[in-house]
Amino acid sequence: MQNYARTAGILSAVFMGLGQLYNRQIEKALLFLCYNVFAWIMFSKYLPNAIWGIWTLGEHARTMVKGKFPKEYDHSTNLLIIGLAVLILFGFYLISYIYNIKDAYETGREREVYGSVKTFGQTIKNILTYSFPFVLLTVPIIGVFIFTILPLVFMILLAFTNYDRNHIPPSKLVDWVGMDNFMNLVQLSTYSHTFYKILLWTFIWAIAATVTTYFGGMLVALLIQQNGVRFKTFWRTLFIIPYAIPQLISLLVMRNLFNGNFGPINQYLAFFGIQNIDWLGDAFWAKMTVIFVNMWLGVPVSMVLILGVLTTIPRDLYEAADVDGASDFQKFRAITLPMILFSTMPLLIMQFAGNINNFNVIFLLTNGNPPCADCQYAGETDLLVTWLYKLTLDRQEYGLASSVGIIIFIIIATFSIWNYRRSKSFIEEDMIQ
Amino acid sequence: MKLSHNSQQFIKLLLTYLLLIIIAVVSIYPALWIVMSSFKVGDSLFSEHLIPDQLTTDHYVRLFTDDNLNYPLWYWNTFKISLISTVLGTSLTIITAYALSRFRFRGRQNILTSMLILGMFPGFMSMIAIYVLLISANLNDSHWGLILVYAAGAPLGAFVAKGFFDTIPKALEEAATIDGASHTRIFIGIVLPLSRPMITYIALTSFTGTFFDYIFSSFVLRSTDKKTLAMGLYEMVSQRSSTEFTTFAAGAVLAAIPITLLFMFLQRFLVAGLTSGATKG
Repeated sequence: MQNYARTAGILSAVFMGLGQLYNRQIEKALLFLCYNVFAWIMFSKYLPNAIWGIWTLGEHARTMVKGKFPKEYDHSTNLLIIGLAVLILFGFYLISYIYNIKDAYETGREREVYGSVKTFGQTIKNILTYSFPFVLLTVPIIGVFIFTILPLVFMILLAFTNYDRNHIPPSKLVDWVGMDNFMNLVQLSTYSHTFYKILLWTFIWAIAATVTTYFGGMLVALLIQQNGVRFKTFWRTLFIIPYAIPQLISLLVMRNLFNGNFGPINQYLAFFGIQNIDWLGDAFWAKMTVIFVNMWLGVPVSMVLILGVLTTIPRDLYEAADVDGASDFQKFRAITLPMILFSTMPLLIMQFAGNINNFNVIFLLTNGNPPCADCQYAGETDLLVTWLYKLTLDRQEYGLASSVGIIIFIIIATFSIWNYRRSKSFIEEDMIQ
Repeated sequence: MKLSHNSQQFIKLLLTYLLLIIIAVVSIYPALWIVMSSFKVGDSLFSEHLIPDQLTTDHYVRLFTDDNLNYPLWYWNTFKISLISTVLGTSLTIITAYALSRFRFRGRQNILTSMLILGMFPGFMSMIAIYVLLISANLNDSHWGLILVYAAGAPLGAFVAKGFFDTIPKALEEAATIDGASHTRIFIGIVLPLSRPMITYIALTSFTGTFFDYIFSSFVLRSTDKKTLAMGLYEMVSQRSSTEFTTFAAGAVLAAIPITLLFMFLQRFLVAGLTSGATKG
């Protein structure tokens, strides 16, 4: 018996498509050969340049030489992003190369065993049947690669460069600076004070926002679900309204409601003899206001979720408690609360993680204001995300902003992984059926 | 004096209703206030009473007649962008979720993990790179560029839909396979009709998400004739301060009404979507 598989595999490793040719799959072989020739031409042209670009980030800025701008210059950030794109494509090429070797080897095996190979039509049909998920996922994966992964890798790399408003290509070159941006944030320097202050407020905000909406929602759900309360659907529908109104609109409206000079809230308070409170202009009140407004937005969602959980609690638990003569509060403590907490705990932690990144409420309500005197480009209510936004768009501190982004990612990833582990162990323990 | 059981029950119920009413007022007050403000004479934020003394529709008329505002154009731009990106994004999300829920293939776990990880980065962290990409594709300051960004990002939110597909029994599809139906036919003929609630949920959330997205639209779009509602309304509040407040109120009411009604009508799908997202974590 001839060893078709090995020969075909080696041939395909030498040049893509040769093994298929050897296996007498002419159409496939031609396709692979053309693809490989094309890839070689492309990569020999662009790959060295891409690696050079990422490594050096350019060598010649667009500066005047003898009163004229040179025609050829290096644009650091474009070099980086195009270099990355080429590298990603090259990665795909390598994967397809490996697949080609495997295919030649397996077809060779087929020849050894059956003495024949699939025709081109059969191959196509095969792909459509067995690789159907890949056919489905092609477009989404390409989209995610171009618009999510490539930009993210680019931004992660920016965190290690000095890309800021003093280094804007093409008139200036950007350089790799290692961990300098992170050191600027963490060690004593102009930025670290702001960073720690914002980090602290971000955590306070995330805890307060999560806890208030959660228990607010629980309270509302319990009120509606109480025995004797009529028109349950009516109340529920009414309380869902804040969720139905688009967030952007309600936040912009709230911004006016809480206006310190003309807003109706202060107007009503004046009626009770309370002096004007600068809801959005005073550091303390601004913090209170964002937490309250966030509660207004978030309580409906918690309410809906907890109402859902309440219906799943078995009636007989309460009946048993009644027989034992438990009071309402005891029933809540011993049955309702644990059941709700148990089934919504993973969600609660995810909400906490989401609140760390809660851009809309802060940006649209206070825009991070009131200004903070000793901060770098940040206000009293700024979270890490909104600071990141300001550093990027207003201050053009791209490198620094990217390192803030990475820190946010690390915080959220830590919580999410911990949450995942914890909820998994819960499920495995089978605590509640 | 010890109250009888009945009167104790009565007081409890009374307190409950009192609380419910207070919460109801707080819930609907902002909406009521903005609607009232939009009918108020004048342009200032301040008003003596919640219900204005004189009602006027001037501000609504102005939205459609003032050439400096271009409100109908913003509306049309927003509607167009949201509709197309919702159709594209929802299709991509459903396809992704279906592939990940129904098929076991190599790399599946890796894809699921990467989706989780990618979701943990702040969304607009990638904005600068996207901007560079759009410029090089000649798509910056264009509605198509924005639509592409929205649609391409949608599949990362496929977890909720995947959780839903996981609950559809496989037996149906297996029976169809035995009858000789192809993957495509099974997907279109069996799976899609069964997942109507999920599709409604995803389409609705993505439509409102894009309809009122400020960050990305303000980043991609520059020229005034390409502006979206979110950009226009935000600028009305943040730049011209409170001097044109009542016009903003009218614009906000017109923008919010269709979405709010859609939400209220499709409430049960939303509740289903929210809860299914909850149980899957």
